[in-house]
Amino acid sequence: MKKFLDISRLIKTFPTPKGPLTVVRDFDLGVKKGEFITLIGHSGCGKSTVLSMVAGLTELTEGVIILAGKEVTEAGPDRGVVFQAPCLLPWYTAFENVMLGVDQVYYTATPLERSQIAEYYLTIVGLGDSMHKRPAELSQGMRQRCGIARAFALSPKMLLLDEPFGMLDSLTKYELQDVLLDLWQRDQKTALMVTHDVDEALYLSDRVVMMTDGPEATVGDILEVNFPRPRTRKQLMEDPEYYRLREHLIGFLEERSHLRPGKPSTAAVAH
Amino acid sequence: MKSFKFDGLVLPLFGILLVLALWHTVAGKKIYVLKESIEVVHASVIEAVPGGEAGWSTLKPLLNKPPLEAAKIAAAIKSLPNGAEIWTALEQNLEERRVGLISSLPNVVETWQASKLYIMEPFAKRGEMDQGILRFSWYSLILVAEGYSLALLIGTPIGFFLGLSPMFTKTFDPLIQILRPVSPLAWLPLGLVLFLSAGKDAGTYGALFTIAICSMWPTVLNTAVGVRAVPQDYLNVGKVLKLSRFKTLTKILIPATLPYMFTGFRLSLGIAWLVIVAAEMLTGRPGVGGFLWQEYNSLVYEHIILSIITIGVIGFILDRLMSLIEARFKAIS
Ligand SMILES: Nc1ncnc2c1ncn2[C@@H]1O[C@H](COP(=O)(O)OP(=O)(O)OP(=O)(O)O)[C@@H](O)[C@H]1O
Ligand SMILES: [Mg+2]
Repeated sequence: MKKFLDISRLIKTFPTPKGPLTVVRDFDLGVKKGEFITLIGHSGCGKSTVLSMVAGLTELTEGVIILAGKEVTEAGPDRGVVFQAPCLLPWYTAFENVMLGVDQVYYTATPLERSQIAEYYLTIVGLGDSMHKRPAELSQGMRQRCGIARAFALSPKMLLLDEPFGMLDSLTKYELQDVLLDLWQRDQKTALMVTHDVDEALYLSDRVVMMTDGPEATVGDILEVNFPRPRTRKQLMEDPEYYRLREHLIGFLEERSHLRPGKPSTAAVAH
Repeated sequence: MKSFKFDGLVLPLFGILLVLALWHTVAGKKIYVLKESIEVVHASVIEAVPGGEAGWSTLKPLLNKPPLEAAKIAAAIKSLPNGAEIWTALEQNLEERRVGLISSLPNVVETWQASKLYIMEPFAKRGEMDQGILRFSWYSLILVAEGYSLALLIGTPIGFFLGLSPMFTKTFDPLIQILRPVSPLAWLPLGLVLFLSAGKDAGTYGALFTIAICSMWPTVLNTAVGVRAVPQDYLNVGKVLKLSRFKTLTKILIPATLPYMFTGFRLSLGIAWLVIVAAEMLTGRPGVGGFLWQEYNSLVYEHIILSIITIGVIGFILDRLMSLIEARFKAIS
């Protein structure tokens, strides 16, 4: 099958006072259209760096990223980014923050149509009643919802999410995960999401990409998650397969994440 | 627990009173010295004013006991029915002197009396250089407003260029650092020379030039700092949405920089107001600074103090107003 997103031989080197630091090396990943991919790995391994390069916000040192047949050279509204911190502009209301993107993408639509688009997405994420508040007046969860609405309202080919629920309590997190899944299914998007959370990765994704520890991090292992959709948490919890996959993920993070694939080592042989 | 009123009102008032008292103590006061012996003075007053004996008996204890304080004698004369005639006779026998630690400095009462007219009729116009104090202030404020607007119009874009372009910073920052500490007193003559061809308006243009060039630096530097401090996250939002340069400027850069800009605007206004006095002094324009200088030359020292207090109070009010606006913008971002 044709790859919608193709990341090949990606290398990223940052100049640091102590000399160049190669954060990511030989990172390869192909993503099919409509797939939901999560990227999991230890803190500081380079997940955000990879995501940011796909978003076009960080330059590549070497390698290519091809999205829908075109090489990624700069950022653009065809990739909706949900940042780790919501990054709303504090001087605009939630509605105006979403409109900023909508005005860019739907410049041929009438002003009424545009504001309807913004209202539609804000309502779906549950901000129908508070869309005219400034970020300072919104809770952390509401801001994150607004960030999601902003990304979706662009109607992007691809969603890039950097630990969007990292700072939320579990109830809000569950709710927003469902909102995200709902939107993703409805719009047939392709999604790449960074997360720390093993259960979140299994609940949301089709494949979980495990990254090895940095520096020179790369893809360590890929896990297929074949639960039928739409999924419910309860149904997953009752499935023994869920625990096997969970074991596999945790096992990788705890025992094998420091090993680069392809390099034979005693630990790998023992496994 | 201290109440708001105590901290915010009583303490400052106490401070002001303390300084007024200190001022009054060290300042000079007017006294008289008798030119002749008291008997001779008595005789000349009685001779000049028939029926002056009653008045004399009131004045005698005062005249007998030096120093003869001018304020007390004036009060005593005022209370007498034939005071005016007695004063005319007495005056010829009195010699005026000033005493005190700093005898040339007018004291609080003298200052108030000499300034009363200027304060009570603040907008009166009696002559080119004899106008109510608020009318003078108004002229100064207008000139400041013009020069200050010029400073903001020039300074803000320069600040944006400095903040956005490291090249621009490297090229012009040293120059700015050299120009910044130059005193308004040094700029003004250059300003007058620059606009020499403007004839009688040279003073105005020179003053505007000086105000603008001296007051724009805080705006330039704070705007530059503000632009550099715009969070990368906000700029990334702009990149993801592919905002045009113009939209990035108006929707992200300017709003994010506003709090810094307003800190600069406030400091600039303070300097502009500082410069006005120097500018008016040297150009002799009517205004609170021009008035101050003229009164120094005419030896009316009370009016120097009146001008200083007026300049201070207006500067304080301007700063407060700008702080209020600044706080509003800080609250948003
Ligand atoms: N601009 C930069 N300059 C130098 N080093 C950088 C820069 N950005 C990131 N790094 C380094 O790259 C490494 C990976 O950073 P990155 O933010 O991608 O990690 P991460 O996997 O997203 O971590 P986390 O899960 O904590 O968010 C870190 O060691 C970091 O110090
Ligand atoms: Mg990260």
